Amino acid sequence: MLAVACGLIGLPYGVLADSAGLTMAQAVALSVFTFAGSSQFAFVSVVSGGGNPAAAVGGALLLAARNALYGPVVTPLLRGGAFRRAVAAQFLTDETTAMASSQDDPTDARDAFWFTGLAIMSFWVAGTVAGVLLGENLDDPGAWGLDAAFPAAFVALLVPHVATRAGRVTALVGAAIALVAVPTTPVGAPILLAALAVGPGMAVAARRRSP
Amino acid sequence: MSWTALIVLSAGAYTCKLAGVVAGERFADRLAPVTALLPAALFSALVLTMAVADGPSLAVDARLIGVAAGALAAARRAPMVVVVMVAMAATALLRLVA
Repeated sequence: MLAVACGLIGLPYGVLADSAGLTMAQAVALSVFTFAGSSQFAFVSVVSGGGNPAAAVGGALLLAARNALYGPVVTPLLRGGAFRRAVAAQFLTDETTAMASSQDDPTDARDAFWFTGLAIMSFWVAGTVAGVLLGENLDDPGAWGLDAAFPAAFVALLVPHVATRAGRVTALVGAAIALVAVPTTPVGAPILLAALAVGPGMAVAARRRSP
Repeated sequence: MSWTALIVLSAGAYTCKLAGVVAGERFADRLAPVTALLPAALFSALVLTMAVADGPSLAVDARLIGVAAGALAAARRAPMVVVVMVAMAATALLRLVA
């Protein structure tokens, strides 16, 4: 079901990529090799807004930097040699991290990671292809609410992480930081700054443990 | 669009992911309290920026209300496909009416 949703959010990415002047091959290449939805979104939205490609890559890479933060979440759950880990790195995304880290059993977590990774890659690419085709034949993508699809998908990913009080505090502080940072910092930076919200969240978690 | 930008983006994104995997093997235990809360911070910031940011400025439009409708569905434990479709439908309807 998660993978089907990723196919659905692949549509608006494909439409946007088309309007940014990417060819079908280029849009699909990004989906396979970059394989980081929000980075791809940031890239094509800056380019389609008339921004220069170098600035677009910079913003997209700032967003991709958070994938480095997911490594320590997922790697303790994975087994295997250097090659397997190198392949696993490519499948490190918001979605695979969310799925693997929400399983209690390590075997389930590993299965969830690989299964989610492969399924998402397939549907993400299929969604991209459909989106580019749609973009070539659509006058006003906004009329279909396509720009709401991606943030809505992240709302669904967020839900299991706000089950605890520490999680809720972290999420609220992170959102507040992002809100202040959007008008004042370059694209991508608000997301990285929001990582600081982990501090208050850890304080809440520590206070709960101590009497 | 030149391929150079796309190749730089892909190589950069993979480097970030690999750096995390390598660091994760070494520092997993010490980082555990941080990594447990990181998704909450990053996902909520992503939702907020994508729902209200229009480049460097803030914009409140049908998209935000659509995302809020999706959030209601998510709070009721609806699967992601439903959440996404509710958000798209609400946004599209609002624009149709406006």
